[in-house]
Amino acid sequence: MTTTTHRSAEEIGRTPEGPRTLPPLGPTRAVPLPDVEERTLPNGLRVLAAHRPGVPMVELRLRVPFAGDAPEHPAVTELMSSTLLTGTAERDRVGIDDELAAVGADLFVGVDPQRLLIGGSGLAEGLPDLLAVLADVLTAAAHPDGEVARERERLVERITVARAQPHTIAREALQRKRFGDHPITREMPTGEEVAAVTAEQVRALQATALVPGGSILTLVGDIDPVVAMTQVEKALTGWTAGTPARELTRPPAITPGDLQLVHRAGSVQSQLRLSAPALRRDDPRYAALQLANLVFGGYFSSRWMENVREDKGYTYGAHSGVEFVPGGAVLGVETDVASDVTAAALLETRYELGRLTAVPPTAAEVDAARAYAVGSLLISLDNQGGLASTLSALAADGLGIEWLRGHPARLESVTVEQVAEAALEFFAPTAFTGVVVGDAEVIGARVRALGGITGP
Amino acid sequence: MPNGLRVLIVPDPATPVVGVAVHVDVGFRSEPEGRTGFAHLFEHLMFQGSESLEKLAHFRHVQGSGGVFNGSTHQDYTDYFQVLPAAALERALFLEADRLRAPKLTEENLRNQVDVVKEEIRLNVLNRPYGGFPWILLPPVLYDTFPNAHNGYGDFTELEQASLDDAAAFFDTYYSPANAQVTVAGFLDVDETLRLVEKHFGDIPARPAPVRPSFGEPLPTGERREAVPDAHAPLPALAVGYRMPDPGADLDGYLGHALLGSVLGDGEAARLQRRLVHTDGLVTDVSASAGLMGPLDARDPDTFTITAVHPAAVDPDRVLAAVDEELDKLAAQRPSEDELARQVARWSAGLHQENDRIMFRMLGLGARELLYGRAEIGVELPDRLAAVTPEHVRAAAAALRSGGRGVLLVEPKEGE
Repeated sequence: MTTTTHRSAEEIGRTPEGPRTLPPLGPTRAVPLPDVEERTLPNGLRVLAAHRPGVPMVELRLRVPFAGDAPEHPAVTELMSSTLLTGTAERDRVGIDDELAAVGADLFVGVDPQRLLIGGSGLAEGLPDLLAVLADVLTAAAHPDGEVARERERLVERITVARAQPHTIAREALQRKRFGDHPITREMPTGEEVAAVTAEQVRALQATALVPGGSILTLVGDIDPVVAMTQVEKALTGWTAGTPARELTRPPAITPGDLQLVHRAGSVQSQLRLSAPALRRDDPRYAALQLANLVFGGYFSSRWMENVREDKGYTYGAHSGVEFVPGGAVLGVETDVASDVTAAALLETRYELGRLTAVPPTAAEVDAARAYAVGSLLISLDNQGGLASTLSALAADGLGIEWLRGHPARLESVTVEQVAEAALEFFAPTAFTGVVVGDAEVIGARVRALGGITGP
Repeated sequence: MPNGLRVLIVPDPATPVVGVAVHVDVGFRSEPEGRTGFAHLFEHLMFQGSESLEKLAHFRHVQGSGGVFNGSTHQDYTDYFQVLPAAALERALFLEADRLRAPKLTEENLRNQVDVVKEEIRLNVLNRPYGGFPWILLPPVLYDTFPNAHNGYGDFTELEQASLDDAAAFFDTYYSPANAQVTVAGFLDVDETLRLVEKHFGDIPARPAPVRPSFGEPLPTGERREAVPDAHAPLPALAVGYRMPDPGADLDGYLGHALLGSVLGDGEAARLQRRLVHTDGLVTDVSASAGLMGPLDARDPDTFTITAVHPAAVDPDRVLAAVDEELDKLAAQRPSEDELARQVARWSAGLHQENDRIMFRMLGLGARELLYGRAEIGVELPDRLAAVTPEHVRAAAAALRSGGRGVLLVEPKEGE
């Protein structure tokens, strides 16, 4: 299409020498993970700090358990996080941002039913400035009336946009299907709920819920952990409260059952979202489950992905993975497929789930998954941000860097039989529930014909 | 190398991982009329097997060695890359060399990947609000010529018409070693790595590099405006596109525009955030940035973009008028040294974060070497940005106000 004379596809694909042999792997290089300095401050805040040079930056994660039962809790929480950086007694919105920018720093605030997370980064030499701003908003965020009013409007508009996203619709339907009306399902309030929130409610929530007891601050970067610890103590000593942060309760166990068909008019794709119980990281069978999951759908070279994408062309991506919830864990099996192949993709998904139990992973499949699990962990920890996020998540589960150090050895020691046992227990099609979101008028008849479907 | 392949080596003794990237000097601006989306489709085909590797083998070997992989198609280049534990360096070079030498292009794989790409487009464009906004929707408003204006993801009917012979012609024309570059970054020994690159890529026969056309086109005059319906979007959105200086010929002018983007859009203190979001309450969110697919990611011409999502009750002309006023203020009065210094500090921090990941460091250096012949731009960037003066930023704002522009309006479709 560009040159008038070119080789044919067949000619391009062969050379006089013929196929060549894959080179072996070289010696493995180990780079030790840094030691983590840890301290609990008098106010109850746990602080973790680790020296990871490379670039002159520091990464910060503050995790505050943030559960609440009140019906308005998700809406007040979202608005509070939106106005947290909009002013204190000493700094206004612009002042906060200017002070952060001066040391190359950024802060962001995110919430979900389990926790509020303040994340950020900045030049390492500016850590005291970053901590000073953080301390100011933690102890003296004013949530001014005008800022609350404006952020409330924006939040309602943003929620309107987010709720138009098919993945949001599918996620909400899945949470309801597997956890009923437990507070863990309340990931995004409605626009109406946000519109009803007052500035007084926002300020009251900060006073009662944004507290140090049970919270965890993680710092990773080109810092001296001992010095950083002193800087944290100095900056955050005034952050106090009478009660600790509130942890989310354990959601109900997943009940296997029919998939719920959820109608989305005009959808040109469908979302398949299946879920079953799984294991937490501290379970002795976790490494075996991790490998079984990789073989099923946890990476590109998995049975499910190779089937529904590379063989059938039904999807751009198909992924399965473990998600941790309070006191437990769940398996998620997720893909988006064209409307006209929705039933076919569901059939293949159920087939691959069944096949993982009936025809368990081979030694070669387990070895490939093992190498990927070990290697991708190494890669994910090879930067300050990745290490900070991982340490923060582990700490919330009561695990530390020794879990990370020991995990490659745990993965290496898993046997093929243990993977088969995990596959049988956790991937049996009868263990799953879930949702199918799409245009029911287009996909309904064929999907229902497969059985195990309820809904419109 | 003698066959024309360029090699860039970036050692880092502190990391346990290594990355290998192949950048090919062809992007979606080079695909012919009637074959929109072909450069991206071809990127998919390059993962489908080669002389020594059956279908699926590439993925399995990379991941089974503990690594991750991907590829992406941009305006002017296509990249293929892997990041793995350092023990897999030679294996990664072998895998990349095998497909650059002799990819296995088959009808079955072509049909399969047309289906996969269509699902990718449904996922990212057709089934969601603001799909392709603004990277697909804005260029046809601002540009007149096919290379600059067309949809790089491609039209479904044209993707379906793609033939195996198209793929063979595309490979022979553009995937010559003289039109490609290998970047290796991470834990490595430079001499040994050069030896391994030579061992695996050295016998790819030389072929001529294609003549790279200019994609230049006259600057637009006045304002062009188009509206497109979006059945999934709950709120209207708009994008304004402007031309910007050629980064190859006028890097300081280009960086003046890049920092103008930050002064306008980055952070709560930025001009458009303060004015449009907070003072006037006209928009839900606003952004401003240099480069359609990121800064320093394409040759000339490239696009400076301002985007906003706004309530239906707000007339888009009010948003545009406020943007123009803020640009006029900057064109009349330079930003302060402090205001600029804060934005430069954020840029520098962002560059440090990019450098902290082997994958991003490798891809950034590789792309700048391929596009501008100077990987060092990535290293020099903090100093170059620090040297940008308030006058550069003022001049950039004045240039936006005096040049033509394209305005795209995304309108929620009635009844949704």
